[in-house]
Amino acid sequence: MARKISYQQAINEALAQEMRRDPTVFIIGEDVAGGAGAPGENDAWGGVLGVTKGLYGQFPGRVLDAPLSEIGYVGAAVGAATQGLRPVCELMFVDFAGCCLDQILNQAAKFRYMYGGKAVTPLVMRTMVGAGLRAAAQHSQMLTSLWTHIPGLKVVCPSSPYDAKGLLIQAIRDNDPVIFCEHKLLYSLQGEVPEEVYTVPFGEANFLRDGDDITLVTYGRMVHLAMEAAANLARQGIDCEVLDLRTTSPMDEDSILESVEKTGRLVVIDEANPRCSMATDISALVAQKAFGALKGSIEMVTAPHTPVPFSDALEDLYIPTAAKIEAAVHTVMKGRNAA
Amino acid sequence: MSQIHTLTMPKWGLSMTEGRIDTWLKQEGEHISKGDEVLDVETDKISSSVEAPFSGVLRRQIARPDETLAVGALLAVVVEGEASDAQIDAVVQRFQADFVPGDGAEQDSGPAPQKVELGGHRVRYFDLGEGGTPLVLIHGFCGDLNNWMFNHPALAAERRVIALDLPGHGESGKHLQRGDLDELSQSVLALLDHLDLGRVHLAGHSMGGAVALNLARLAPARVQSLSLIASAGLGREINGGYLQGIVAAANRNALKPQMTQLFSDPGLVTRQMLEDMLRFKRLEGVDEALRQLADALASDGVQRHDLRPVVAQQPTLVLWGSDDAIIPATHVDGLPAEVAILPGQGHMVQLEAAEQVNARLLAFLRGH
Repeated sequence: MARKISYQQAINEALAQEMRRDPTVFIIGEDVAGGAGAPGENDAWGGVLGVTKGLYGQFPGRVLDAPLSEIGYVGAAVGAATQGLRPVCELMFVDFAGCCLDQILNQAAKFRYMYGGKAVTPLVMRTMVGAGLRAAAQHSQMLTSLWTHIPGLKVVCPSSPYDAKGLLIQAIRDNDPVIFCEHKLLYSLQGEVPEEVYTVPFGEANFLRDGDDITLVTYGRMVHLAMEAAANLARQGIDCEVLDLRTTSPMDEDSILESVEKTGRLVVIDEANPRCSMATDISALVAQKAFGALKGSIEMVTAPHTPVPFSDALEDLYIPTAAKIEAAVHTVMKGRNAA
Repeated sequence: MSQIHTLTMPKWGLSMTEGRIDTWLKQEGEHISKGDEVLDVETDKISSSVEAPFSGVLRRQIARPDETLAVGALLAVVVEGEASDAQIDAVVQRFQADFVPGDGAEQDSGPAPQKVELGGHRVRYFDLGEGGTPLVLIHGFCGDLNNWMFNHPALAAERRVIALDLPGHGESGKHLQRGDLDELSQSVLALLDHLDLGRVHLAGHSMGGAVALNLARLAPARVQSLSLIASAGLGREINGGYLQGIVAAANRNALKPQMTQLFSDPGLVTRQMLEDMLRFKRLEGVDEALRQLADALASDGVQRHDLRPVVAQQPTLVLWGSDDAIIPATHVDGLPAEVAILPGQGHMVQLEAAEQVNARLLAFLRGH
């Protein structure tokens, strides 16, 4: 039986294995070593939640603590990527995107296009996403749709330790800039992960559950809530198909459409704010390309259009739940002519 | 002398933790014989029947259809001789009071496969049972030691039985040096040497059959008998479309039509079975290893190795499913061996008709 490790350990292992294989891979970010030059740096934190712990000692000179200047070190990483290195930079919280957006939006994402395909930018930006840690409005956002909107970027959001390792190795080997979104509430999640090196391809959704009645499309942490809802609904005789997108750019349109053609019903679950989100994007895709198959309205289960609240009670209300997903499924199952 | 037996949820393969009861095949009050199929159970990986390891009257069905129970949980009570309902109640009560779900399913409890480095290559093997002349189980192309999950424990009741992952497969090393049949056979020989096994019975499925035949050709003194199941190396034809398709398949839509060719019941190809195959195929080195081996085995639907002359060299049992869509059962014609064709069965006959295959193998091995 395959060994079980956490999502966090899986990310750490992917980094270590790729750094061992390829000397051009290096890590840069705030506190990724744990205070360079400070006493005891070898056993230092390894990032704010310890994801890169231990790498500084194994790869001297290749885990670089950066000053608190996203514009500086993200820019440095983009530059390094254009010059033959494979940087993995860490944007501690995705909420800090504003401090380095030009480097990503106008530089990294544009080079391949503007240099006629002659330039490659093999950059990975790892970043923590998602709510639930009582970290308030500036450290809890789910900005996957922001990145997905930008042509030239690839956007990854793994839901399991297995996917986290395979997708990160794929991201490091990819020649385009990849935004790698790690959900902070998944870091301790345990799962089977091969010790060997493997890659999970981009743009290939994972069918986590086969069903004939309704399709649930989601990604990231919401996958687990969708699976919980699907298990409850199965006991009520409703057979859900659950798709984990794994990557929002590229997105596996074929699998979404194939599933909805079969079930005729769709609920999209997205932890992000609802306007211009994955939820609206997928709903539009299905409404346009699989309209004839639909037997009921498309439902979206998302956060509301507000910042993430700091209050525990309000944050719990803000994040989608399995119960909300079940309610949405029941709404769709009632069909067009109901109500 | 009466005896009250408890029939429990079996553990099929290394990762099974629970199973869902499908249907009862025997009713309360019916007499069952050892080896009879008593009920159907479904796991996320595969469906199969639970066989009675004892004879007697099925007195109590404990598990209900659609119920999901942990490995080791009580399924039924079977009584040899006489027992009152009160005695049965007492046994059930004691069992349920002592049973801790997960105990029997924990990965670190019970026998587990081992890994060893042999000549710079990692080899995983699973060693069960003891005594007698050992039997070595060799899986086929794209398989691993889990292909024997319904056979290995039953066969190990009578002797030591070792299943291995061939190079390029399972959790063994993926890098092949030459990528030919000799390399595979020599890797099995290296494991025999490591385990200090002089002479063994070999059983091989599909490509594993050719590996066993080839090992007998290279080292006849090491082979007591051969059991060949839907074996390669015994004729010209092989389903070239399947070989190419399974090597090329990179997602579940491409994989499913290939995998369903392996079984007589396509419903056995579950979501989890496809996912496990994709996970195997994503491991670094697997794609190259499979391409090398597919090339070494066959070209344009014609097998490269004719190992028929090896069959007469030692006692040999040949089993085949009549409806095998990968290698035709007609290859048994004219073989100097004990031959059995299992009607209605496909290529993965040891999984789909485990009970029949086990009975044939056990009887053959007892005689040799």
